[in-house]
Amino acid sequence: MPLELPMLKMSYRVYRIWQRDRDIYLNAWATELWPPFVEPLLSIVALGLGLGYYVTDINGMSFIQFLAPAFAATGAMYASAFECTYASFVRMVYQKTFDAILATPCTIEDVIGGEMLWGTTRALISATVVLFVIAVFGLTQSWWALGIPFVALLQGLLFSSMSMVITSIVPTFGAFNYYITLGITPMFFFSGVFFPLERLPESIRWLAWFSPLTHAVTPIRALANGQIHASLIWDLVWMAVVSLVMVNVALSLMRRRLVK
Amino acid sequence: MHEKVVEARGLVKVYNGNPAVRGIDFDIYRGECFGFLGPNGAGKSTTMRMIYGFSPITEGYLSVLGTPVTQNIRRIKYQIGVVPQEDNLDEDMDVLKNLLVYARYFDMPRKLALQRAQEQLEFWQLWERRHSPIRELSGGMKRRLLIGRAMLNRPLLLILDEPTTGLDPQARHLVWQKLRQLRDEGTTMILTTHYMDEAAQLCDRLVIMNDGQILAEGAPSELIREHLPGQVLEIRGTELDLQGLQARLTGDNVLTEKVGDILYVYADNVDDLRQKFDLGCCQEVIYRLSTLEDVFLRLTGRALLE
Repeated sequence: MPLELPMLKMSYRVYRIWQRDRDIYLNAWATELWPPFVEPLLSIVALGLGLGYYVTDINGMSFIQFLAPAFAATGAMYASAFECTYASFVRMVYQKTFDAILATPCTIEDVIGGEMLWGTTRALISATVVLFVIAVFGLTQSWWALGIPFVALLQGLLFSSMSMVITSIVPTFGAFNYYITLGITPMFFFSGVFFPLERLPESIRWLAWFSPLTHAVTPIRALANGQIHASLIWDLVWMAVVSLVMVNVALSLMRRRLVK
Repeated sequence: MHEKVVEARGLVKVYNGNPAVRGIDFDIYRGECFGFLGPNGAGKSTTMRMIYGFSPITEGYLSVLGTPVTQNIRRIKYQIGVVPQEDNLDEDMDVLKNLLVYARYFDMPRKLALQRAQEQLEFWQLWERRHSPIRELSGGMKRRLLIGRAMLNRPLLLILDEPTTGLDPQARHLVWQKLRQLRDEGTTMILTTHYMDEAAQLCDRLVIMNDGQILAEGAPSELIREHLPGQVLEIRGTELDLQGLQARLTGDNVLTEKVGDILYVYADNVDDLRQKFDLGCCQEVIYRLSTLEDVFLRLTGRALLE
């Protein structure tokens, strides 16, 4: 029997669920639209002004030049991870939104596909806002920086699908703590955002290769600083392949969870 | 020529080794209001979920509007409306937006969606509340909105899972009144309930379900006529008194059923019984007509409502 790929079961109706999430986001514009601006701003000012005084040169760049572009990646990571964990869980379990949609012509693949697409969109929004902020501060060194939103799109899909896998198996809201504290937070610190990976002892440096965030930070920083090289393509391939797997795992596990 | 809207043969649903529906057969025809009457846990909601494609069937045959559910669930869903048991309205949107977003799942263009939403809101008397957030609505209003939502796509079949559970009497009566209107306009409806008055009032035909099986089928009055004499005496008293009474109350077509501290006595003419037997020992005697609840009691030995 041929393997039936869950992602092939998605239809154009993925867009319908995306539209619903988008409409609610726009409804809440007063609380949603400004944090993606304020958060990177605070980080850049605090760390740039503060640490930047002491840390003067990282691989030929100033500290702030090294650090700031990475916030596009971290912004994308947190936006999509939170959306596809906490927000999706609330919709699924407390509001029973998915149940309502499943009584219509939309299938579970459409629903989860739409949710992941929305998580990806939020990642794109965050990354683009950060790009705008760092450009305003004069921290982008080249026009290549305009490629950052495209990388964020791929990164968003990666984190949305990974997070959706988690959401499909957690029994309670509190269980997300494992994912956030033992997954997202270590990634945040050890994926080359704050210091180059060369600082990690060689015995554990290889672990960073397994961090999804590493493969987003590397190309995004390179694009911002105009330091493009061909091997960056492998980071994109890494993200694409893992996304493909995660999307299918998420769809499959969600069907098992919700359709009984 | 009566068209079959739903057909089930040997329908079975097993969850994790627990049989919720144990092989049932039924036919539902266009234009009728068909009921599933039974206590909690009878398998009514499970059956509904199989009909509207939420749960896959374990065994048997089930077709809706001519299409087997194992074939093309999506096509079926375009043509049906589902009013779920629990309230799954979108708390983040107001009344009107809830309807417009739901209409979009059926690919309805915005203009049509607005038109249909207005129709439904006016029918269910919610037009003035169209910009209210969901949390400001009463239970009855939310239920009416849920039914309105299910009607947006002008479904050929409307499925209502316990539509008035949890509503106050006023709200229930409004919902019944509107559902009767829908029935009169020709909407085919399937209803599950554990209230016999709801089943008797709304349903043209119904099945009585218990523990995953169908025990009886027919029109409400037929079912009563088939299984019981028409009148009931409900007698409350002590265990001893009731037992004694039950032993003495015999006669032509006289049936008795004792449940807890109540003795139900069924007869064609209860007045005759009262004259023949001395019921003074007992505290309360209520005199009424037989209902579907009595039929359920007769068939299962237990009360419909716990």
